[in-house]
Amino acid sequence: MSKGKQRQQWDNIFQFLGIGCVVFGLLILAVLVIDVCMDGLGRISRDFFFNYPSRKPEQAGILSAWVGTLWIMVTTGLIAVPLGIASGIYLEEYARKNRLSNFIEINIANLAGVPSVIYGILGLGLFVRAMHLDRSVLAGALTLALLILPVIILTTREALKAVPFSIREAAFALGATKWQTVSQQVLPAAFGNILTGIILAMSRAVGETAPLIMIGALTYIPFLPQSPVSVSADFPFVHFSIAGLFDYFTVLPIQIFNWVSRPQHGFAFAAAAGIVVLLAITLLMNSLAIYLRHKNQKRW
Amino acid sequence: MSDKNICVLEIRDVSSFYGPKQILKNIALDVHGKSVTSLMGPSGCGKSTLIRCINRMNDLVPNFRLEGRISYNGEDLYSRSVDVTELRRDIGMVFQKPNPFPKSIFENIAYGLKVQGSPVSRGDLESAVEDSLRKSALWDEVKDRLHESALSLSGGQQQRLCIARALAVKPRVILFDEPCSALDPIATARIEELIVQLKEKYTILIVTHNMQQAARVSDMTAFLMLGDLIEYGRTSDIFTKPQKKITEEYITGRFG
Amino acid sequence: MKRHFDDDLTRFNTSLLEMAAMTEQVIFRSTEALKNRDAGLAREVISSDEAIDDMEIAIDEQAIDLLALYQPMAIDLRFITTGMHINADLERIADLAVNISNRVVDLADQPHLKPLVDIPKLSDVARTMVKKSIDAFVNRNEDLAKEVILSDEKSDLLRNAIVKELIYDYMVKDGTTAPRAVSLLLIARDLERICDHAVSIAQDVIYMIRAVVVKHHPENLDNPEA
Repeated sequence: MSKGKQRQQWDNIFQFLGIGCVVFGLLILAVLVIDVCMDGLGRISRDFFFNYPSRKPEQAGILSAWVGTLWIMVTTGLIAVPLGIASGIYLEEYARKNRLSNFIEINIANLAGVPSVIYGILGLGLFVRAMHLDRSVLAGALTLALLILPVIILTTREALKAVPFSIREAAFALGATKWQTVSQQVLPAAFGNILTGIILAMSRAVGETAPLIMIGALTYIPFLPQSPVSVSADFPFVHFSIAGLFDYFTVLPIQIFNWVSRPQHGFAFAAAAGIVVLLAITLLMNSLAIYLRHKNQKRW
Repeated sequence: MSDKNICVLEIRDVSSFYGPKQILKNIALDVHGKSVTSLMGPSGCGKSTLIRCINRMNDLVPNFRLEGRISYNGEDLYSRSVDVTELRRDIGMVFQKPNPFPKSIFENIAYGLKVQGSPVSRGDLESAVEDSLRKSALWDEVKDRLHESALSLSGGQQQRLCIARALAVKPRVILFDEPCSALDPIATARIEELIVQLKEKYTILIVTHNMQQAARVSDMTAFLMLGDLIEYGRTSDIFTKPQKKITEEYITGRFG
Repeated sequence: MKRHFDDDLTRFNTSLLEMAAMTEQVIFRSTEALKNRDAGLAREVISSDEAIDDMEIAIDEQAIDLLALYQPMAIDLRFITTGMHINADLERIADLAVNISNRVVDLADQPHLKPLVDIPKLSDVARTMVKKSIDAFVNRNEDLAKEVILSDEKSDLLRNAIVKELIYDYMVKDGTTAPRAVSLLLIARDLERICDHAVSIAQDVIYMIRAVVVKHHPENLDNPEA
């Protein structure tokens, strides 16, 4: 075989191998999804979404789990997103590039890779015990916020870095101050990428189980945290309250974990159904992120 | 408004440094009002650095240091009492690669007015935008699509948009840093004609690595090399009877 | 697209036209001075030459500046180089008119040798040829330029006739007429040289219009391909 043909052969072999790997990965995913759907889809019903967990597997539902997930997500988001974006802006646009800022940058990257269990232990010691928050929504949200904060900071910085310096130059040359430039030109231009990063970070937080278990949320929760908005007959008719933040809670992954560890056979199906719901949420959020990233393919 | 004969910018003994490295060496130059002055020279001669000293864009570069004095209408540009943002409104800049904001055409031009501090009414904004676009010979091409993205324009149009954007804040001096490098010959010719028209009202400095452009467009030409100002004089004199041999060698292409 | 280069080209053109007008004037006045034996007018012509010389230098500088500053191509380049040639030709024509005026000063205090018929005719021919060649330049009119080139023969014939008459009818018959006859002869020669310069201008104009060289190559005059 001539040299040229030999090289062509290797080309083909690698192509084949590559396709093989992709197919293999997709196949595994397909097998998992199909398997869990087969077990779980049957169990999904209106009752499933609106029942509390119960000792009887047929009656078990995910109401407290998905409401808890919602509470945790919103609270985590409200804490982590502003903090993360603001930190990212400061570190990327304002901080002087010296050894200290390099040190901080390296450490934030490291923190993004720390196992989530460790954040759980931190949360237990700091929020649950030292700040006496017990195993409340607030404690869980703070713990998860710490978890996703480094990721949000990193993606914010990357998004800001992706905005070419020429945009900033143009704004400065027109007499804009640094804050005007950042808030009116750079941030809007980076917003799409920042949003994508936030959604991905949140979608990760949705599935985090270990830190919440560490702070003690692995319990039987047949109730909901107190609603933040309530309507009553007397003035001013609508009341706002943050008392719910201090209530106990559970989230979807924990509920699933709970059911999986029960011996009764019926709970396996309930768990499968819960997994299907969790998968659907994760898939939805990731798809949203990809769609937004695609829409924001900016030309400079 | 500065008169043709008044010296608008006085550059005296200016040396600039990035850290320990010296870029400009004792530059002395007078720029007169309502004329086009070009800075030309081989790559690395410091012409871009010099022009960026004038609107203090070099302040954005860490480790930048300036010695000497640049006076604008008699006032030292680097004195503590100077408000840099005000300065940059009076001395505008157009960059080498067109850099419109990723917003609409209208928003691009309105931005300079919005950052000025005092609020501007919608009507004033609209007339200012039209005025600037007319001045930069772009109005007819974009008047029906002011709210489309600026990035949908061609390279030459984008650069004229950037010029309109700079004009909107009513500067008295406009600095052009190799404005045609990224453009094709026809777009280049249009911008050169625009610059010649603009000099009736504005004082213009243009950095160019294309000496034929300097010959076509400017009234005065400064030739720099390796941070030194070699020669400065009327463009027609520089290109027909330069005084220094190096200048002649550069112009005739004997080195470059 | 409007070019600011065009403004400078127009200025150059205007200067050339001024130069041409001054030159035509000077041809006319030198002949009038001869006809009327007006030494005063002749001296005026001689002193006006300085202005024409200054104009030639100024136009040359304009041309150099245009070449250096604008790197002109094609028609613009040919226009400027043709303008430079025409500039030189016009200045030489003016010099010839000065020569004529110098002789007029010599002749002025003596009566005419003979009634002047052909010399004024030759002068008219010269003036017309100069005017036509400049018109051809301004209007880029190739046919007009051709006419000028073809009328050169006429001026040659006219000069030859004048010379023949002065030599055989006057100098040979009566030697004392020689000084005046020779002056008139030289005037005729200078007038014919003016015609030659007009032809040179016309040939340059054809080069400018068509980029065809007809100088020293009369066969190219009618050949559109050359």
